[in-house]
Amino acid sequence: MHMADALLSPAVGGSMWAASAGAIAYSSAKVRRELDDRKVPLMGVLGAFLFAAQMINFSIPGTGSSGHLGGGLLLAILLGPHAAFLTIASVLIVQALFFADGGLLALGCNIFNMGFFPAFVVYPFIYRNLAGSCPGRGRETWVTVLCAVIGLQLGPFAVVLETVASGIAELPFGTFLLLMLPIHLAIGVVEGVVTAAIVSFVRKARPEILEPAATAAPAGGVWPLRRVLLGFLLLAVVTGGVVSAFASKDPDGLEWAIARITGGSELKARGALHQSLARLQDTVALFPEYDFRSSALKPEPAAAPRAERPLSVHPGTSLAGMIGSLAVLLLVVASGLFLKKRNLRKAYGIH
Amino acid sequence: MASIDAALLDFQRLDRLAAGTSALHRLDPRAKVLVVLVFLVSVISFGRYQVSALVPFFVFPAALIGLADLPAGYLARKVALLCPFALVVGVFNPLLDTDIQLYLGPVAISGGWLSFASILVRTLLTVSAALILLATTGFPAICRALEQLGMPKVFAVQLLFLYRYLFVLAEEGGRAARARELRSFGTKGQGVSSYSSLIATLLLKTWLRAERIHMAMLARGFTGAFQIRQNYRFGRAELLYLCGWSALFILLRLTNPAELLGSLVTGLFS
Repeated sequence: MHMADALLSPAVGGSMWAASAGAIAYSSAKVRRELDDRKVPLMGVLGAFLFAAQMINFSIPGTGSSGHLGGGLLLAILLGPHAAFLTIASVLIVQALFFADGGLLALGCNIFNMGFFPAFVVYPFIYRNLAGSCPGRGRETWVTVLCAVIGLQLGPFAVVLETVASGIAELPFGTFLLLMLPIHLAIGVVEGVVTAAIVSFVRKARPEILEPAATAAPAGGVWPLRRVLLGFLLLAVVTGGVVSAFASKDPDGLEWAIARITGGSELKARGALHQSLARLQDTVALFPEYDFRSSALKPEPAAAPRAERPLSVHPGTSLAGMIGSLAVLLLVVASGLFLKKRNLRKAYGIH
Repeated sequence: MASIDAALLDFQRLDRLAAGTSALHRLDPRAKVLVVLVFLVSVISFGRYQVSALVPFFVFPAALIGLADLPAGYLARKVALLCPFALVVGVFNPLLDTDIQLYLGPVAISGGWLSFASILVRTLLTVSAALILLATTGFPAICRALEQLGMPKVFAVQLLFLYRYLFVLAEEGGRAARARELRSFGTKGQGVSSYSSLIATLLLKTWLRAERIHMAMLARGFTGAFQIRQNYRFGRAELLYLCGWSALFILLRLTNPAELLGSLVTGLFS
């Protein structure tokens, strides 16, 4: 569920980058201050461990498919929220660069979706409060499963919000949510079971590992209600800002796009075609209320002339766009080959 | 387990590309990171029905592959093999957005297909830009550049540590997975319980390793940051590189050369 660059708008990508960068700066300061020097190599090596663990699959009984560990919650339980957040963020950066999972601009979204929720929401508020300081085995298992499920519902929910707010993909909010959440419910249960098994193994083999994270800050003590509410308020303001920017901007962006497609030439309103297209759109649109374009394109005689602008049908320009794109692509490939040839010639001393 | 070893080899190949010696490899990493950032922002800032205006942006990956002498086929395969989330989500566009946006002769093209094509082109551009940045710069240099651009030191140390032990632990994990595979029968023995103990054992080993590393580092005078010799300088070449590409991207963002060229060509024949 790595969010991808191609689905993002700059506004959403930028604000999520800012949010994640802020969280990284905060966590870094926090880790630095409480500097338990041992944590530095531990975080790094655990990040590498997570990587290795994600390469190993296990088979899921009864389905014939296989899965692997996500690990966000596991790291939070082992390291505590701040160090875990930094570790998850670093793993995501490596994935973005080496595997192009997601993308560089989508990194902000991904760090937020997969790092912030398990480390700063699920672990401190839910896991700590439900598990207490020394939970029994059964209690620990169900709490871990519950937390993994909640974390893996919040993450995809944020993915859907970010995608819809960006407005590049067409999937309407409700459908997208229905696609994402049930899948991640199953993934969450599996993740929870595996995490619980690993934690209980570690507790049996080396209980002292789990001590520091659990005793570093008592549950509830570090997170007074006031700060929690403030955080959620801030989150709401940011979300509202992003969504409203999108809502007001999109029709203009679309008109602009249509003007570009038609080459910015003068458009004449063709009554019959215009209306039939509008009818077509009305019958075809599955979720008209989610369809931001319909408000911009619906023929409303009383509205300003810009709403009158019909869909463009301009065979000349679209053909030109096509041919031009192909020509540019050829030129680009040729220039790349040329540069490469020149390098080779230089390397072998041929002129 | 062959697939883990193969993944590791692939990983190392990408990593080794950064050891090249072209002029591009020698540039200060900050310039390269900033140029990629400008590139990405200008690519994703296009409207969702734009296809032709995005195509000229391929000049950036093509020129860099040429200049840095990267294996184009390998990178293209890597980009193509990735099946990012974007395409899975974008595939619904043609179904949901069916109003006709343009005609190519008798063929009507709906907005959904246009925006899907746009997502495809964006994916190719952004993914290849990220891979090329890595292949021309290398991970440690990118980390250093980000640190110089304001990333917290703790996080930079974290990233460098992760990178340093990635290969070590991936090999260890691969060995463990192979051992498990040799002892299991089909999918029997590869279930959750054996997986959990395998991962937990790996975790404990990792933990002990981290403690040893920490002691070794203390013995060598570690104070919370890596001391690295500064090899790069942000000089005139870097400034030229940054300004040149940024100007080109802004120009491409504001005009549509593909369409201009196309109308020129069609104008010649009509």
